Amino acid sequence: MPSYDNMPAMELYQPVQIQDALDLASRLAERGWLVGGGQDTYGWIKDHAKRPEALIDLNGIEALRGIRETSDGIEIGALTTLTEVVNNPLVKERYSLLAKAASVVASPQIRNAGTLGGNVAQDVRCWYYRRGLACYRAGGNLCYADTPDAQNREHALFNASRCVAVTPSDTAPALVALEAQMVIASQRGERIVPAARFFVGPAVDIENTTVLRPGEILTAVRIPAKWANAEFYYEKIADRNVWDFALVSIAAAMRVEGGNITAASVVCGAVECVPRRLTSVERAIQGRPRSQATADMVAGMASQGARPLARNQFKMPMMDNLVQRMLTA
Amino acid sequence: MTYKHIGKDFTPPDIEAKVTGAARYAEDFKKEGMVFARLLTSPLPAGRIVSIDYSEAMAMEGVVGILTTEDLPQAAPPANPPLASDVISYIGQPILAVAAVTEEIAEAAIEKIRIDFERRPFAVDPLDTLVEGGPNPYPNGNSLVQTEVAAAGTTQAGTGVGETKWSRDAINAFRAGRAPSGGVAWGSTARDQWEFGDVEAEFAQCTAIVEEPFVTIGQSHHALESRTGMAYWENGRCYFFGSLQSHTIGVAPLAGMLGIDPANLVFINENTGGGFGGKIFPYPIMAVTGHLSRKINRPVQLRITREEEFYIGHARAGMQGWIKLGLKADGKVGAVDLIIVGDAGAGGGASGPGAANYVSLMLQPDAMRFRGVSLYTNTAPRAAQRGPGENEMSAALEPIYDKAINMAGLDRVQVKMLNAPDSDGTIGPQRGALTGCWFAEAIAQGAELFGWEEKKQLSGRRNGSKVTGIGVGMGYHSAGASGYDGLCRIGTDGKLYLHTGVGNLGTYSYAAVVRAAAEVLKVDWENCEIVRGDTDLHLPWSTFQAGSNTMFTEVRTNYVAAMDAVRKLKAIASGELGGEADDYDIDGERVFNIANPTQGLTYAEAAQRAVALGGEYSGQEFPDDLNPVTQRAVQGLAGTGLIGVAKDSRHTGTVPAMTIGYMQIELDTLTGKYEILDYACVADCGTIVHPMGFRQSMNGGGVWGVGLAGYERLVYDTQNGLPANVGLYQAKIPTFLDIPIDTRSGATNIPDPQSPMGSRGVGEPSQGCACAALASAISDALGGHQFNRAPITADMIVNHVAGLDHYNTGDLKTNTF
Repeated sequence: MPSYDNMPAMELYQPVQIQDALDLASRLAERGWLVGGGQDTYGWIKDHAKRPEALIDLNGIEALRGIRETSDGIEIGALTTLTEVVNNPLVKERYSLLAKAASVVASPQIRNAGTLGGNVAQDVRCWYYRRGLACYRAGGNLCYADTPDAQNREHALFNASRCVAVTPSDTAPALVALEAQMVIASQRGERIVPAARFFVGPAVDIENTTVLRPGEILTAVRIPAKWANAEFYYEKIADRNVWDFALVSIAAAMRVEGGNITAASVVCGAVECVPRRLTSVERAIQGRPRSQATADMVAGMASQGARPLARNQFKMPMMDNLVQRMLTA
Repeated sequence: MTYKHIGKDFTPPDIEAKVTGAARYAEDFKKEGMVFARLLTSPLPAGRIVSIDYSEAMAMEGVVGILTTEDLPQAAPPANPPLASDVISYIGQPILAVAAVTEEIAEAAIEKIRIDFERRPFAVDPLDTLVEGGPNPYPNGNSLVQTEVAAAGTTQAGTGVGETKWSRDAINAFRAGRAPSGGVAWGSTARDQWEFGDVEAEFAQCTAIVEEPFVTIGQSHHALESRTGMAYWENGRCYFFGSLQSHTIGVAPLAGMLGIDPANLVFINENTGGGFGGKIFPYPIMAVTGHLSRKINRPVQLRITREEEFYIGHARAGMQGWIKLGLKADGKVGAVDLIIVGDAGAGGGASGPGAANYVSLMLQPDAMRFRGVSLYTNTAPRAAQRGPGENEMSAALEPIYDKAINMAGLDRVQVKMLNAPDSDGTIGPQRGALTGCWFAEAIAQGAELFGWEEKKQLSGRRNGSKVTGIGVGMGYHSAGASGYDGLCRIGTDGKLYLHTGVGNLGTYSYAAVVRAAAEVLKVDWENCEIVRGDTDLHLPWSTFQAGSNTMFTEVRTNYVAAMDAVRKLKAIASGELGGEADDYDIDGERVFNIANPTQGLTYAEAAQRAVALGGEYSGQEFPDDLNPVTQRAVQGLAGTGLIGVAKDSRHTGTVPAMTIGYMQIELDTLTGKYEILDYACVADCGTIVHPMGFRQSMNGGGVWGVGLAGYERLVYDTQNGLPANVGLYQAKIPTFLDIPIDTRSGATNIPDPQSPMGSRGVGEPSQGCACAALASAISDALGGHQFNRAPITADMIVNHVAGLDHYNTGDLKTNTF
């Protein structure tokens, strides 16, 4: 096998207007590749595992950057770096859940370059897939990770369908918990997709992790006021404390009145291909305080229905433990 | 003793270049007309090549040449050939190299090459090949047959491939964590099976006996600088720019790889971005660079990518083992029974014998039995990696040792002091002697530094979901060799030129050791210049830089060279000024009459006289016992000053570098994560030559110790032989946020009796005590639970706390998660 580790010659487009970018994206379609921070771009291309003919560099489009207050919350440009998200006063004040989630992505260097849009749109990290094997997700007819002998410690507990890869995004669970809306532009106009529907599992589309299609650009993420200044809890468990994807993560937004939870939005990352909403936990804790007693009451509920693989059984107690932590922190 | 330089901090001369980026590594060297080579590597773990068609590639514009096994004959297994075709034994094994005017063209050409492979069955788990009927990694077998003694983790002449099989019952018992009985076979050499004392009789006297299995996972080498090389040929001489840990000791083997007289090899290696045992001697891919350059008569740079470095850069050997350890009522280790199945990968050596020696030294048992076998697998070739055998064994042993001590109701530190080797301690089956050892003093000093008596009270303390663990771990490595050459020169300008063939692998030991010569000659550091990095600069034959031996070995060589220079200074002065040589002394960069200090010569004047006198004084004559590398160096320097040159004598006994580490962690039982709250370590490594360098050794070793016990691992897919972790991210090297914030370190600073300035190395055991301390602390936090493996990762801890231990220990094998 070749070693590559070099960038092939490609066309490079550097539009400064969103409309020009959309025209290019439409014209180039599958032949083009959108690049923002590049953190899930250059590895693919240097390895020649993805071979686009042209790069559409979005970094010149100022309209895609920045965090703005809206009539119903805030809007974050897709090109806003994760570091900017972490440090933004509006995000920190109202949606500290997202600030926390963004703060634990990868490493400081990657957060300085990586964008919010790229973090939610990145591809799965299944190592078999990334090795370039012809698995289902790569257009083949096998899953190398879903076998008794596979090295599948980091793979899915829920809703696997030919593919057992998990969502790698640290911000995605927070955005789903906050009921964010994803703004998607194309030559046909703009469509708004709830975060919970933005991410798609293999049963829906095995080759894509989001609803984004060729010609479309994620331009912004809108976070409604609904959960502003709620009680939040975010925790990511990874092997290392920096530069790692989650083994399991949890993002929770809770409204607490009179000492009891009146509403909750609880989402786990890295346990299925999409952020997993823990609706049974949400319902069970409603009307109850954040306490050890409530935690005891819902013990084991988060992982119910899990179908562990050969080496990821530990994710079940990890999920349950994070729910406990959310309720007792 | 009061020294001028020894024991004092100083700034090594290459620091500024490294900080500013001006330091040059192999990849920084260019040559007019240079072309770029890339490798085609095997996509299969085992097989052979039936045919190669590279006609289309060679017809491409910009392609300059190709090197295949037709150009480079393949050594038989278990040798790891530069290029392979008849016996493919691991994924990523180089098959051929293509040179082109750009890397991109070379890669495009490689895509055009068509290869027909024939597959062979393969094994990535040593037990899969050890079981009767299991596949063999090589066509002719699965196990190391060794007729000569090799250092742990290395391959050398005298190795071959045999076939070793166990019965299925024996394999099943071993996988289940029990000692196999019946239907087993061990390695064929004396290193694989040995025993001293009456093991059964000693066990009978023990009151606390534990039996535990253990698994340690290999870790690949991740030196920041990959093994890139550049070579060109001029007038029959090869100029090779490479990346080795060592320098001049690599000349002869590299020349041998290239088929030339060592005198015709110029080896330039100014800086090396880390080695850690992976670059001790010239490695196979260097042959590809040199031969391809000669074949196409162009300078060639072969850049090795991070992914390729994973394949060909070698890895630590993994172990699967079982140990029975017995303590007598007073805590003395009565007997040890040890079994190790070692994973030697696709060529190399497993580390079982080194691990067994470690156990014999650290526990000083009255009786011990070791049985082992070194097996090949279709995984990355194995070689030395920091403390091969010792350090992974330290991580495996410490919780088991703790279990026995706790069972006996004794204090862990007291028992470890009781069993600590002293200068009368012994190592290995021969029960070899030590040069000197004050390990008990180090343990006591460490206990004081850490506050053991207070900290041990915190063991098991709960803080919500978190629990405190207190660990204490032991590290060791043999840290000294002897018999190499020393060379220094007093120039006619009066400066002291310190010639060294030691490599500059990032530890700065190259600079620390030459200060021994400056010490002997009483020269101010400002008047010294280190000459190194390029064999055309006339460098002596210096030690291999591995095994933590530089500080012992090269202080000896610099000492003897400087003493030779002192002798010559006195002889010149007495010849010039009258009297006997013994009437003279040196100081202030002068040689002077003791009775009348005003009567003397400056070093510059003495060097000028040496040039005028010729003969041995300025290098026209030199001792016959010098290595040819040193002889050529002296010949090159002849007539340029006063030459101090000598061969070091041989020392006797093992040079023990001992470390003890103390660690306090707080482990979160809900997440399996832990925070290292305190880490203190003390070394018994002789006189500290360079205090700042010593502290950095202890810090760096501590970081990697955390990696060994907590994070790093080789993972292979058993279905297709694919490695899962071919990059820095995937291999889980520890990060800044995973390690102790501060490392408190100390040293006994008791001089080694066989080093002229008392020095020993400490690089490797600095890792061993840290990984053992962490493994000990994790076990302590969980009530003495035995994970029986290294690394211990968050998933294992969560499984244990959730009562799911069967997911951790039901699958006792290496090379997996």
